[in-house]
Amino acid sequence: MGSAEMCRDLAPEIDRLLRASNSYIKKKAALCAVHIVRKVHELGELFAPAARSLLTEKNHGVLHGAVVLITELCERNPEALERFRKTVPDLVQIMKGLVISGYSPEHDVAGISDPFLQVRILRLLRILGRHSETASDAMNDLLAQVATNTDSTKTVGNAVLYETVLTVLDIKSESGLRVLAVNILGRFLLNNDRNIRYIAMMSLQKIVGTDHNAVQRHRGTIVDCLKDHDASVKRRALELSLALVSASNIRSMMKELLLFLSSCPPELRAQTASGIFNAAERYAPSQRWHIDTILHVLTTAGGDVRDETVPNLIQLITNTSELHCYTVHKLYRALLTDISQQPLVQVACWCIGEYGDLLLKGECQETEPAQVTEDDVLDSLETVLQSHMSAPATRGFALTATMKLSTRITDNVDRIRSIVSIYGSCIDVELQQRAVEYNALFKKYDHMRAAVLERMPVIEKNSLGQTNGESAVEAIKAVQPATVKQGEPPLPLQPANQVCDLLDLLGGSEEPLQPSSVQSGTASGLPINNSSTAGGDLLDLLGGFEPTPAAPAPAVTVYEKDGVNLTLLCEKHSDSGLTVTLTASNSNDSDISSFTLQAAVPKSVQLHMKAPSGDFLPARGAAKVTQMVVLNNPNKVNLKMRVRISYTSQGSACQDTVQIDSFPGL
Amino acid sequence: MQKKSKTLLLLIHQLLCIYQFNYHLRKMRFLLLFSRQGKLRLQKWFTPISEREKKKIIRDMTNMVLARQPRSSNFLDWKDLKIIYKRYASLYFCLAIESQENELLALEVIHRYVELLDKYFGNVCELDIIFNFEKAYFILDEFLMGGEIQETSKQIVNRCIESSDMLQETMEEYMSKPAF
Repeated sequence: MGSAEMCRDLAPEIDRLLRASNSYIKKKAALCAVHIVRKVHELGELFAPAARSLLTEKNHGVLHGAVVLITELCERNPEALERFRKTVPDLVQIMKGLVISGYSPEHDVAGISDPFLQVRILRLLRILGRHSETASDAMNDLLAQVATNTDSTKTVGNAVLYETVLTVLDIKSESGLRVLAVNILGRFLLNNDRNIRYIAMMSLQKIVGTDHNAVQRHRGTIVDCLKDHDASVKRRALELSLALVSASNIRSMMKELLLFLSSCPPELRAQTASGIFNAAERYAPSQRWHIDTILHVLTTAGGDVRDETVPNLIQLITNTSELHCYTVHKLYRALLTDISQQPLVQVACWCIGEYGDLLLKGECQETEPAQVTEDDVLDSLETVLQSHMSAPATRGFALTATMKLSTRITDNVDRIRSIVSIYGSCIDVELQQRAVEYNALFKKYDHMRAAVLERMPVIEKNSLGQTNGESAVEAIKAVQPATVKQGEPPLPLQPANQVCDLLDLLGGSEEPLQPSSVQSGTASGLPINNSSTAGGDLLDLLGGFEPTPAAPAPAVTVYEKDGVNLTLLCEKHSDSGLTVTLTASNSNDSDISSFTLQAAVPKSVQLHMKAPSGDFLPARGAAKVTQMVVLNNPNKVNLKMRVRISYTSQGSACQDTVQIDSFPGL
Repeated sequence: MQKKSKTLLLLIHQLLCIYQFNYHLRKMRFLLLFSRQGKLRLQKWFTPISEREKKKIIRDMTNMVLARQPRSSNFLDWKDLKIIYKRYASLYFCLAIESQENELLALEVIHRYVELLDKYFGNVCELDIIFNFEKAYFILDEFLMGGEIQETSKQIVNRCIESSDMLQETMEEYMSKPAF
């Protein structure tokens, strides 16, 4: 606070001193004014006229101070900028004097006359010419002269040239001058002095967006700088190389970048890896090349890649179905050599789980097929499971992959069973849960195992904002109904509006009925993990509840009409919990398709519908459809249930409702 | 009259520099000189910062610069600044500038300062700076002020120092004259 006041008080004094006769005083006063302007911007107006007059000074110190002051005024105030544009001819004159004049011992530095002042004037010219055609025109000649005449053997000459180049590129210069500037930068790139190369790359970075082609011409030199020993130079070269990658040079550039990745300093690794991924995604010439590149990065710098690399890669792999065989072979070989790079191991396990049958088949078009036995594959997965280098997530991947192989291999299913049961008592809770669920899959739900563990469908690219867990859920919804019917799977999950219809239909009932939670897919036990093991998530449907013992209660027919027969079987599994199994059969001569059931119960009762076994009822009772409904009645109200049946028979859709009031076995 | 306005001006400027809170948009932030063993010989701060921060910066700079390979470039990136360093005999000169400034010119600034010291001390070495550090600071204050170059002419800076030396000698002579 006090200092702003001080500035205001002293400003007139400074202004007076700016006009003093002594140049020593004027010089210092100018720099004082610079500070005042920085502190209290409005006072800039006060100094503008004095600053203007100081430009006529001969003394370089004063001149320098004046230029700094004017620069400060112009940077802060656009009006001042407009007014000072008129000084461009004066500034050009001063520069010309400095450049052309003979040797002046007082200011000379290695043949350049007062480089400090020259650079300052060039900086001011840049600011004045930035958005003005007329101002830029006025300085074109001068800039060309400085660019060509300045001796570039010493650092000082290069300093002036550098500033000139920056000015040319910033103002509205004519194209010939721009080309000259970029050529100077190109010359800098070839200079032996590291400093010069460093600043050349920095300047090229600034213009790579606008003058892309001009910079591309120097790509070779820039890529060579990647091999320089200096860390700063390497960093600049990396940034510039990544900016120069385009569709035409992607293959050669990627070779260089991958080479760089293997030898680069650790602090640049993450940046390099993500840069490579971006470039590969944008310009990949073929899918195979893309996968190869990502695998190469994972083997060299697996520890430095971002987390979403794994799901992205998996998604990429599922999308290129023709390369599944090739991919799984490559990944298997990578797994054999090294299991320390976690992202790579995760992807490899996933692929082996999914495409293990291709691996075992022993034939592959794209690459040398590996003669692997089932034991070899299981060995490698077990190594990952037991290795202390594997992260918990990785072991989860490996366990799921082992489980998936149970449907893809023929001989060693027992071995898988034993592995899975061992991990049922693992300390890691996540692994234990999975193992227990897989065990259940073997024992109680063996009939579903094949369907549950079959090939994943192609994963849709996640839209922004969707987490991986959600996409896993979507995948589950798609896979579920494929248990019985292999064709297009009509989802058994009815949308919410149909539930409302149910209520409308049931209309004036005494007890308000609770709408059924018809989403049988999203059981509360569905964990959304970061690792997209959708196969594993699927099994949690079955895991959430204790498997109920099959109670020998009689099945009661609750509905019989038009050849459709619905029976009900009740089992009590706890004080308030009850599992109802609805079985449907079809005694018509024609098949019934799209068979679905909906249920509604009183408000205080909780209802949970499991996935039906299918929706197709073949004619003459050839097969049945079962659906389990879990009810929880904590308040012990009178249990009623309304069931709506809908199906398609002989091309026409039918619907019916039945109310169940008595539950045998309750 | 001249001397009065001169001193007044100097005073004003020093005060303004001390109370300057606007850190940005000045060419240079600080200048450090340290030996190869990391001993600090000179420190000039162009912005007001706390003692603790100063110590931290000094530690960071010495560690960074001394760790550099012999034939690497003279430029480093540190936070939002650029660090330009150069070794002259046994001393490292370390100058911090804003990121949009001209690094090659900063090298020239360092070189000019060394030349000024050399002219004044005659073949300057680290010992000169150790034993006459106040002169080193005076020379710096005539060359740079508030993070900007003050005087671009070597001779004028030297003349200023010489005249202030002369003034000092005259004063000393005067003070040591026996008073009768």
